[in-house]
Amino acid sequence: MTIEAPWARATVPAARVAGAYLTVRNASAVPDRLIGASSPVAARVEFHVHTADGEVMRMRQAQALDIPANGSLELKPGAAHLMFVDIRKPFKQGDLVPVTLKFEKAGEVAVQARVGGLADRSAAHGAQH
Amino acid sequence: MKRRRFLALSSVTLLAACGRGEPAGKFNATDITGVDWARGFDLTDHTGKRRTLEDFRGKVVMVFFGFTSCPDACPLAMAEMGEAVRRLGPDGDWVQGLFITVDPARDTAQALSNYVTAFHPTFLGLRGTPEETARTTKEWKVYFQANKPQDGDPKHYLVDHTAAIFVVDARGQPRVYISHNGRTVERIVEDLKRVYRSGGSRSNEQGRAPESGR
Repeated sequence: MTIEAPWARATVPAARVAGAYLTVRNASAVPDRLIGASSPVAARVEFHVHTADGEVMRMRQAQALDIPANGSLELKPGAAHLMFVDIRKPFKQGDLVPVTLKFEKAGEVAVQARVGGLADRSAAHGAQH
Repeated sequence: MKRRRFLALSSVTLLAACGRGEPAGKFNATDITGVDWARGFDLTDHTGKRRTLEDFRGKVVMVFFGFTSCPDACPLAMAEMGEAVRRLGPDGDWVQGLFITVDPARDTAQALSNYVTAFHPTFLGLRGTPEETARTTKEWKVYFQANKPQDGDPKHYLVDHTAAIFVVDARGQPRVYISHNGRTVERIVEDLKRVYRSGGSRSNEQGRAPESGR
């Protein structure tokens, strides 16, 4: 199980939530599930997926995210993201945000998400693994 | 709170087909030429100046409704809008990007100023009173629903909302509705150019045409 390019977007001062993204690659023949996440910088970390209800973008919390065998799970803007709820302070570009991902089979994996700009649409070069 | 239903897409395309003599463009996104809504707004920009849609006549206008605390859909749309303007190169000055907040309680003028200019220095944020906001979202058929705070803190609420980009032509007529579905910067750029070519822009009338790409 490898985690690629975890990154987050900077937040405005008034924001109490922040979004982060990453790609999980599962090289094993056994499917796995992302069943939790936590971070010292937020009260809790949730998984949110976007579902289109006609023309309205609805954000819905998912309890777990599936990772297929020999496959990957991509959290990216407009699709799915980690939502940091009740962040202790704003995310500033250049910060490294620690987050622990909990997998059903692979167990806990700690990563650091690099905070990019407010307007970023993808991870900047040199994002940490 | 009673939810307001957004017009079904089929009825939007029906309205477009009943346009007032303007040929329906071959837009990537939904043609809303001829609709009798999305006709204007009367709000305050992030510099404190009162603005209406008429103020932007002569430019192609992109309008997005959102809120600055939105973690994903709003920054994505705004970033796509900013990138679209950058890809228009020196001719990008015939486009105006606008962000109308559906959350004026948290989105002060200062918050809007810092936010919109991060996506493009020419973008303007607009806000209003709760009544002005409700009137504007009704005029643009934008749905927004503030969800209850999850943990009792009144500041911790999320807002469901329409996540489309509207394009208004240089004569102030709504022309394109760009849904989040399948939206890319390239497709936005193509539709902006098509709207520009349909006329009404100051520079267009002087005979300049937009460059293709950088």
